[in-house]
Amino acid sequence: MAPMPEGHQGEGFFATSLNSVIGLARKNSIWPLPFATSCCGIEFMATMGSHYDLARFGSERVGFSPRQCDLLMVMGTIAKKMGPVVKQVYLQMAEPRWVIAVGACASSGGIFDTYSVLQGIDQVVPVDVYVPGCPPRPEAIIDGVLRIQDLVGKESLRRRNSDNYKALLESYGIQ
Amino acid sequence: MSLTNEIIQQRLTEKFGDQVGGFSSPYGMLQFEAPKEINLKVLNFCYDDPQLGFTFLTDLTGVHYPDQKGRELAVVYHLHNLTENIRLRFKVFTAIDQPEVFTATGLFSSANWMERETYDFFGIQFVGHPNLKRILNVDEMDYFPMRKEFPLEDQTRIDKDDEMFGRG
Amino acid sequence: MSEHIKLPEGSIEKTTTTLNLGPTHPATHGVMQNILELDGERIVSADQTIGYIHRAFEKLAERRPLAQITTLTDRLNYCSSPLNNMGWHMTCEKLLGIKTPKRVDYLRVIVMELARIADHLICNSIMGVDAGAYTGFLYVMQYRELIYEIYEEICGARLTTNMGRIGGFERNFNDIAFQKLEKFLEEYPKALKEFENMFQRNRIFMDRTIGVGGISAQRALNYGFTGPNLRAAGVDYDVRVQSPYSSYQDFEFTIPVGSTGDSYDRWLVREQEMWQSLSIIRQAYQKVQSFTGAEAEVYHADVPEYYLPAKQDVYTKMEALIYHFKIIMGETDIPAGEVYHSVEGGNGELGFYLISDGGRAPYRLHFRRPCFIYYQAFEELIKGAMLSDAIITMSSLNLIAGEMDA
Repeated sequence: MAPMPEGHQGEGFFATSLNSVIGLARKNSIWPLPFATSCCGIEFMATMGSHYDLARFGSERVGFSPRQCDLLMVMGTIAKKMGPVVKQVYLQMAEPRWVIAVGACASSGGIFDTYSVLQGIDQVVPVDVYVPGCPPRPEAIIDGVLRIQDLVGKESLRRRNSDNYKALLESYGIQ
Repeated sequence: MSLTNEIIQQRLTEKFGDQVGGFSSPYGMLQFEAPKEINLKVLNFCYDDPQLGFTFLTDLTGVHYPDQKGRELAVVYHLHNLTENIRLRFKVFTAIDQPEVFTATGLFSSANWMERETYDFFGIQFVGHPNLKRILNVDEMDYFPMRKEFPLEDQTRIDKDDEMFGRG
Repeated sequence: MSEHIKLPEGSIEKTTTTLNLGPTHPATHGVMQNILELDGERIVSADQTIGYIHRAFEKLAERRPLAQITTLTDRLNYCSSPLNNMGWHMTCEKLLGIKTPKRVDYLRVIVMELARIADHLICNSIMGVDAGAYTGFLYVMQYRELIYEIYEEICGARLTTNMGRIGGFERNFNDIAFQKLEKFLEEYPKALKEFENMFQRNRIFMDRTIGVGGISAQRALNYGFTGPNLRAAGVDYDVRVQSPYSSYQDFEFTIPVGSTGDSYDRWLVREQEMWQSLSIIRQAYQKVQSFTGAEAEVYHADVPEYYLPAKQDVYTKMEALIYHFKIIMGETDIPAGEVYHSVEGGNGELGFYLISDGGRAPYRLHFRRPCFIYYQAFEELIKGAMLSDAIITMSSLNLIAGEMDA
């Protein structure tokens, strides 16, 4: 059961900030988009399985349509050929959107310091949480999703319109 | 009489004389080489001859030897006779400034993508290939990465410091 | 047609639709792109683009000494990494002329057949998912967790195992590993039987897979098919039987062979291979247990030049110290030569062509990857079929993107 946010309560009413309520609702119902390219994708399949069940944290419905998802989970090596595809999928997602880079290859290129591998997806899209590991254990992937939930719960409703965020997107060439 | 390396060598020298050469059997697999002009003739002979019967192309790849002038690029075919269980390695050498080799796609459909991969990595032009373009690397790449003069790492990256990795 | 509709300037009139079954698609397992030309629902032609996960393994291998290349081979067919690892170790042993003792061979067989079961489980259950049955997949993932637990006891990792060394294993299998193996051998057959009952004579599954993506034996051989896809077409070529490695000649097993080479046959061949693998694991386990005394502690070949010597020898004997130093620094003496060795991977004949020039790293290493070679035939398999048939065919071929692009 999710803990109650801070607020003032009395007989028949509970007053808190709109931020906390929306944060609480959003963080327990994240719909992920699994962008699985390689080995980390198989560990993700194990995470979604019944042994390590990711669905109990609210991510029951994994979708493959970017327009309907909140969290882009990039799992696996992203080659330079694939970079524009990741960016395209990110652009199609609607705000608010978060990105988690699962695995060493998505975080920084991993063991593949070669001419054809993108050295981390933060070269093309802004990333919120990095999960290291090669591949990370399912417990680590769940830990990464829980940290995303922390971020989602505490995010201000005005963040996506703020100048900081716009500057961040500008630095990636995204309008 | 079952097929052995000696019989294969004998049949090949009977047919092609001294055009085929360099016979050796490292680790039990017979290997030989021939000039690149007759590579299709040799492959067809190994395929059609009733005694040889090498009808399965296991592998096709390239190697770059920058020190052998005039014979820098090699195309290596691994053939397999499934009924007799004999393998064969056949090499063809070509110079780096004229890297044209005849394609084997007419005989083996599996050579199609394997030759594209060899072109992508080494720049060997396969004459007569239906669709010779890059397969694994990005289409805009203008060099052939597996050649020995090119480095492994992407030289334009700014976040990995070669000094710290011991290759500065 | 165009007299009723006013087309804008420069439009192309064609009768087929172009559909991009793009690199990110829920049904493609891994990143590969197909640009299909459709006439209504029928496929007219297909153009494949791969290379979306090209990681330059072959160039990387020219930088690393032989023992460090095992981590690269893990990531080829990542659903069955121990198979690739063992194949690489056997290639090195062929080059260096090392003969492994029988107990090491039998332990390797256990690990390789477990990997084969893991690989076929993913392929068959994902085929079920693509045909619409999600439950089977969730059910058998539980048993893959049991296999992962066995790997963890042996080498410490679940998926990218880096298992074993040149000459054997890094440590003996402990009792917990054998207990977990026994638990797996007891529980898994019931689950496999239930999985089989769900799909094998299921009207819906049979209608969706019989006659879909068929290929004749002649064309399959010409396209370089190997492994379950070739055996489904009727050719009984299995590297374990033709050129036995790691003492496979001591085991009794049959090779399941199909007849039409369509998706249903491929599903059936993989299913039967899983039963055969279970029988091989049981035989290997019995053989391992029959070793007694000092033989039961053997887990590597006696080659101090390539396998790390025991620590007490390193601290007392001079040669052991020198070998230890050379192995760790990667400066062991590798003979020059060319060797090609292949093993029966989850998808077919996985070959390693290694050219060594006597230096610390290979001069050239080429992986003969079965997925790369048989994906060329995809256009021929789906020409004239419907779009949903293309999806089932793709998943029945067991295309692993890591192996395809290397």
